[in-house]
Amino acid sequence: MQTYYPLFTAIPLAAAFLNLLLSKISMKVSDYIAFLVTGILSVMAVRMLFEAPFTYAVGNWRAPFGIMLVSDGLSSLMLVVICVISLLSVIFSTKYMTMYTAKPKYYSLFLLMIAGMNGVVITGDMFNLYVFLEIASIASYALVGFGTGKKELEASFKYLVLGGVASAAVLFGIAFLYAITGTLNMPDLAQQLEVIGMTKTVGFVVALFIMGFGLKASIVPFHAWLPDAHPSAPAPISAMLSGVLIKALGVYTIMRIMFNIFGKNELISAIIMFLGALSMVIGGLLAIGQKDFKRMLAYSSISQMGYVLVAIGLALKPGAELVVASLALIGGLFHLVNHAVFKSLLFLSSGAVEYRTGTRDLEKLGGLMKKMPVTGSACAIGSLSIAGIPPFNGFWSKLIIILALFRGGYWIYGSVGVVVGFITLIYFVMLQKEVLFGKLPDSLSNIREAPFAMVMPLVVLAALCLAMGIGYMAVEGHLLDPAANALLDKVAYMNYLVGG
Amino acid sequence: MILYFLSMVLLVMGLYCLIAKKNIIKKIIGIVIIEYSINLFLVLVGYRSGGVAPILVKGMQVEELVQKGVDPLPQALVLTSIVIGLGTLALMVALCLRMYEKFKTFDMSKINTLKG
Repeated sequence: MQTYYPLFTAIPLAAAFLNLLLSKISMKVSDYIAFLVTGILSVMAVRMLFEAPFTYAVGNWRAPFGIMLVSDGLSSLMLVVICVISLLSVIFSTKYMTMYTAKPKYYSLFLLMIAGMNGVVITGDMFNLYVFLEIASIASYALVGFGTGKKELEASFKYLVLGGVASAAVLFGIAFLYAITGTLNMPDLAQQLEVIGMTKTVGFVVALFIMGFGLKASIVPFHAWLPDAHPSAPAPISAMLSGVLIKALGVYTIMRIMFNIFGKNELISAIIMFLGALSMVIGGLLAIGQKDFKRMLAYSSISQMGYVLVAIGLALKPGAELVVASLALIGGLFHLVNHAVFKSLLFLSSGAVEYRTGTRDLEKLGGLMKKMPVTGSACAIGSLSIAGIPPFNGFWSKLIIILALFRGGYWIYGSVGVVVGFITLIYFVMLQKEVLFGKLPDSLSNIREAPFAMVMPLVVLAALCLAMGIGYMAVEGHLLDPAANALLDKVAYMNYLVGG
Repeated sequence: MILYFLSMVLLVMGLYCLIAKKNIIKKIIGIVIIEYSINLFLVLVGYRSGGVAPILVKGMQVEELVQKGVDPLPQALVLTSIVIGLGTLALMVALCLRMYEKFKTFDMSKINTLKG
């Protein structure tokens, strides 16, 4: 497996361009290419879970001179999340995207986005990370505007302007880091910064990175683009953006850089925890009043990412006991995975509803449980999971995060977490009432269940919600523990430089 | 030092252009200015007064190259980032054209179908 590691970006990148060429011969072929590529990537990603950590020198150039790829628990975890969710989104797209034209172009952009996200996750080089971040971002800007209606274009432009500023901030930070240390290799940077310590320049770099990656992760002061951009995209892309992109480009990078490069720090910890709590509250409160199905889900994404950030912030605190730190980190990572599962489930079911009814307006929907039983049940399971009802997965991850906060002595943040849990429950009960139950409007009296290609991913994701809730122990042992250990062990990360 | 300062001034000008101007073409120019100021900064990081190209020519000692040669890495980075910037710019302009077709205006304050 080790020699095939760069294929995680090479396959989708090659397929994206090949797809456009082959689609000149037959339009049908792009469905199969996208399915095949994401299928192969998913199998590879699952196999990566059983590999010990290793490094890969691209083109045999020795680190720190060449680009290095790193595989450890965290990148394996993220690879599985990215590849599996994208496989399900592709299956959903085969039917859903018949609503749009230019399907081959859609798949090419989709594959480019996957290539970018996989690249961000596997790389061990700062500038390489920036390049892949830009590939994924540019593909996602184009995908948000894919409908080319008024709203889509405006949302896409807004996202593009803010995303451009974020990328500039990241590049600026990287330039500063290179000026201070003279290296771009991430383990090498970690070693150099250990010697330099937390000077003012390094602090400025941290601020730039929190702004840049925070904008990609849509933490609250930087969240303005998300509620416009995510609903405007086609449903499978909303599922990818909310479920995976903000995590791979935003939260993953923040975790990797703050833990493994800058190391634990009191101030960074306080800032990330505060911003996380702010996202939790503001995202939750704004979600309540929304009348658009997908817009409500988008605000809820901001709120749920807040939980993950608070947990990360707690684990970053240097004074925290190891038990608390690893508990918080496991909770945060578990919530990250869970959110990828249930938020893509919810966005895909909103797509299925839109496909059959032609609207996302909550006031025009209602009583769909009788007409679309499978989609309805899957949507209900997703809502229960995200609202934190046992035995679904969302309950456990929120419980672990809140427990870790209380054990770490953060009573206020812990209580905020509990209250936001209730707020989440409120707006998802409202969503259920408006969409699935209540009176069926007359205009919707002759709708049918969504087609198989759309129902299948929903069922798989709903089953995952339940399975990850019940089989929590297995998930923790195989997925979360290695990832949490990879983050907490900075020395091991620095040793990757010597070819560990 | 003055050069670093000037590249920061350029950055701030770009930010002002991005925030204060209503015309979307001007906003795009603002983003491009920000990108270029950062590219300039990145080139300056590798600058060395009186430096030579980092190529070992015949008759040159390795020590001499180490003393005089400029750092080639920032230049490679800037090339990459210019290409990325070009990609973003092309997408921005394409979006801008499409928006003009739909809204018949370049004024961002009149393009407000979304709540934010």
